[in-house]
Amino acid sequence: MLEFFNTLASQPFLQNALLGGILASIGCGLTGSFVVVNRIGYMAGGIAHSVLGGMGIAYYVNFDPFIGALIAALISALIIGTIKLKWKHQEDTAIGAIWAIGMAIGIIFISKSDGYNANLMSFLFGSILMISNQQLFIVLLLDIITLIFLALFYKQLVAISFDIEFATVRGVNVNLFYLLLLCLVAITVVLLIQVVGLILVIALLTLPAAIARQYVHSIGLMMLMAVGLGILFTGSGLFLSYEPDLPAGATIILVAGIAYLLSSLFKSFKGFN
Amino acid sequence: MSNPAIEITNLNFSFDKLSILENINMTIEQGDFAGLVGPNGGGKTTLLKLILGLYKAQSGQISIFGQALKKQRKLIGYVPQYADFNSDFPISVQDTVLQGRLGVSSFFASYSKRDKEIALNVMQETEIFDLADRSIQSLSGGQMQRVLVARALASQPKILLLDEPTANIDLRAEKDIFDLFKSINQRMSILIISHDIAFVSDYINKVFCLNKTLVCHKASPVTSDTIHALYGDHVSEVHHRH
Repeated sequence: MLEFFNTLASQPFLQNALLGGILASIGCGLTGSFVVVNRIGYMAGGIAHSVLGGMGIAYYVNFDPFIGALIAALISALIIGTIKLKWKHQEDTAIGAIWAIGMAIGIIFISKSDGYNANLMSFLFGSILMISNQQLFIVLLLDIITLIFLALFYKQLVAISFDIEFATVRGVNVNLFYLLLLCLVAITVVLLIQVVGLILVIALLTLPAAIARQYVHSIGLMMLMAVGLGILFTGSGLFLSYEPDLPAGATIILVAGIAYLLSSLFKSFKGFN
Repeated sequence: MSNPAIEITNLNFSFDKLSILENINMTIEQGDFAGLVGPNGGGKTTLLKLILGLYKAQSGQISIFGQALKKQRKLIGYVPQYADFNSDFPISVQDTVLQGRLGVSSFFASYSKRDKEIALNVMQETEIFDLADRSIQSLSGGQMQRVLVARALASQPKILLLDEPTANIDLRAEKDIFDLFKSINQRMSILIISHDIAFVSDYINKVFCLNKTLVCHKASPVTSDTIHALYGDHVSEVHHRH
């Protein structure tokens, strides 16, 4: 058990992993709160999975896959957002299609590149223990962009999440802010992919915020608590997975998932008393 | 002579080729407390949303204080139907009321000190000052209704539009809230949608009966003839005076 802490003290790779988890938790708590209150987990899922297309193409042309992921995530956020705003009736199917098309493109390009299996697995399930300094820097940069954006437009984002019609009447450009919110989701998804991979990203995006929502009654507090929980889950997931050599991303999600279930049970029992 | 608060001329609106409103002409003068009544599906809420600029009419005109709606939209305060409302959202009463300052407040960053003062004032007026820090999830129907009214007032409108503001509250609270509207009416025009003709007629000075088109509009009390024109012959009238 102590081995984790000994390694943490001496090995930069574990320090980086922990730091990556902390940085990713910041973005996940901030954006995840808006995903939860807007109930757009499915849209976030579409964005997250279609990102594989961008990663695959970038990988094929020997470009940084995470830059490819960022570009693909933003494009897919704009497409999905436009579908949601203009094409309400087929929203579900259309998002599902984007989801699958993105993944299919990714798999085709990765299969045509070298090192197919190892890389596909790390895109899908994350490789936090191999996170590089450059990736850490990207995560930090994305956190800063998210923070600046929220500092500027927090009130508009809350308004469109709460009552989009009233926000429209008050002259807020709701379509613009809706698309910007999805771009924020795209950025956060890319940042989380580094930690848990794109299959598990939605869990880390929504579970801490969903737990926070059960206890606090403002989006600001939800964000704070979700960031804290995210750090707790990534940290303890790393710790638990280290010695038995379990996949870190999956362990982190399992910790978050169990915490969510326990919290929901606790809340519903309390509700009966 | 001053311009009317709301003037609608020859307005037609259809949705997916289905005609919803036909040939609407109505005038609400400054200072009016007008009621809009009619059966469900008669187009009341649609007309309100047209006045708010949320829908666009196929033909006809809506002017606010003599000018095109587009420029004047910020002069209108809006209280939506409580039933459509996301009352499960994690937000405090004060933060909800502050949303009325959107569009008036600065574009960037958070609400200003002045926004907060205005929000506190309208919370006092609507008697929800004590609830400021409560989450809206914990409010009763009547309290929530006051929060929605306060949010509309926070934008300091010249016209207030209300959609069924008393649908979810008991009779006693209904009378209290209408007394509040009466006092708000001292400084702005009000148009209110209501299902309860007899009740609103104690307060309003003008009534419009809408069933796809305007069946009647007058200031006198509603008679059984107009009720029959609106709802058909198979309604029994129940008189209830308060």
